Amino acid sequence: MPVEIDDSNEKFAAYAHPERLVTTAWLEDHVGSDGLVVVESDEDVLLYEVGHIPGAVKVDWHTELNDPVQRDYIDGAAFARLMARKGIERTDTVVIYGDKNNWWAAYALWVFTLFGHEDVRLLDGGRDAWFAEGRPVTTEKPEPRRTSYPVVERDDTAIRAFKDDVLVHLGNPLIDVRSPEEYSGERTTAPAYPEEGALRAGHIPSARNVPWGMAVAEDGTFKPVVDLEGVYREGAGLSDGDDIVAYCRIGERSSHTWFVLTHLLGFENVRNYDGSWTEWGSAVRVPIATGDQPGDIPSA
Amino acid sequence: MTDQTLPPVLAEISEEFLALGEQDRLQLLLEFSRELPALPARLEEHPELLERVAECQSPVFIVAEVEDGAVHLHATAPEQAPTTRGFASILVQGLDGLTPEQVLETPNDVAHRLGLARAISPLRLAGMSGMLARIKRQVAARTS
Repeated sequence: MPVEIDDSNEKFAAYAHPERLVTTAWLEDHVGSDGLVVVESDEDVLLYEVGHIPGAVKVDWHTELNDPVQRDYIDGAAFARLMARKGIERTDTVVIYGDKNNWWAAYALWVFTLFGHEDVRLLDGGRDAWFAEGRPVTTEKPEPRRTSYPVVERDDTAIRAFKDDVLVHLGNPLIDVRSPEEYSGERTTAPAYPEEGALRAGHIPSARNVPWGMAVAEDGTFKPVVDLEGVYREGAGLSDGDDIVAYCRIGERSSHTWFVLTHLLGFENVRNYDGSWTEWGSAVRVPIATGDQPGDIPSA
Repeated sequence: MTDQTLPPVLAEISEEFLALGEQDRLQLLLEFSRELPALPARLEEHPELLERVAECQSPVFIVAEVEDGAVHLHATAPEQAPTTRGFASILVQGLDGLTPEQVLETPNDVAHRLGLARAISPLRLAGMSGMLARIKRQVAARTS
């Protein structure tokens, strides 16, 4: 049973899909409601153990959402087992929050969406907002009642892009959400430092650089819609009807941008290229541009 | 390279980890993260003396000092980054007080001898190796 939406916030009301966000105050009021499961998903695998929202379950991107062998996400059967273990029903409202301004929370939300879990929302401001406001936290781990979650096959067609899709996509808007240094290809590492995970530096030709953090206000919550329009429509030149692909290094920061473009600004065709730079920057014979300009697409 | 032996304290820490099941290893790492000592006041007041470990996504800073033939390590990382703190704490406990030679001879694959490869992403383990590499470089620079 889904839970009512958070309609308490004026900023949310202006977004294309306000039902995708909840405030910390709303969540504190609704924690423990039937049909609501709160999920913490962090970059740091131990952060949940330090303290979390009472009743929240942990979903770890690395050990639980990724396939342990192949570079891919888990399949429908594994997702169903995961949901059953976490006490999540197919019709439940899932509110996800996490560290780093919800990078990993947005990543988890995107993966839930690959499996078509309908009602999945983010906590605006993430873990930091909850803790900064002094709301209740605990180290006690809930023991959720096992549910029976149906096996639903992952749909990779609508919101996920693979390398070959990106090659075909060239000429349509591409958003590189990494830092300007990663985008330009400037190497910041020196010899004897560990490798960065890609053999070449730079960006996909024609990609515009819009670091993911441009969507976040100073207090860690999402910027109001008017500011987001400024960043993505005026700034990056996106317009209604565009077919957009976003990427970063491994697809986590670009999930955050995917969330903003899809749910806050209402773009209907946005895909996250999760192979991202760690694939593109090591692939043979794919075009790469360096420097701070998008660069030209090589003619075929 | 795996036949290289770890210095005694690191060897004990590694055995302690490997004796546990995977979930308990994370719990042990969390305990280490709580044991990372605070910076002494003189370093607290001079953060420029510490080097940032760029391989870690969290802001972690370290300094390796050499005094009377012994290495002394200090590190700081945010409370909100317990994994990184845990790794820093293991290195501080495992290397502090050793001679510069012992530190320089410490195998580079310490991070891979804790049995955490499945629970922790490769990038995080690379972060720990980055910390060790920087410690060694600082020690080398301060003893040459």
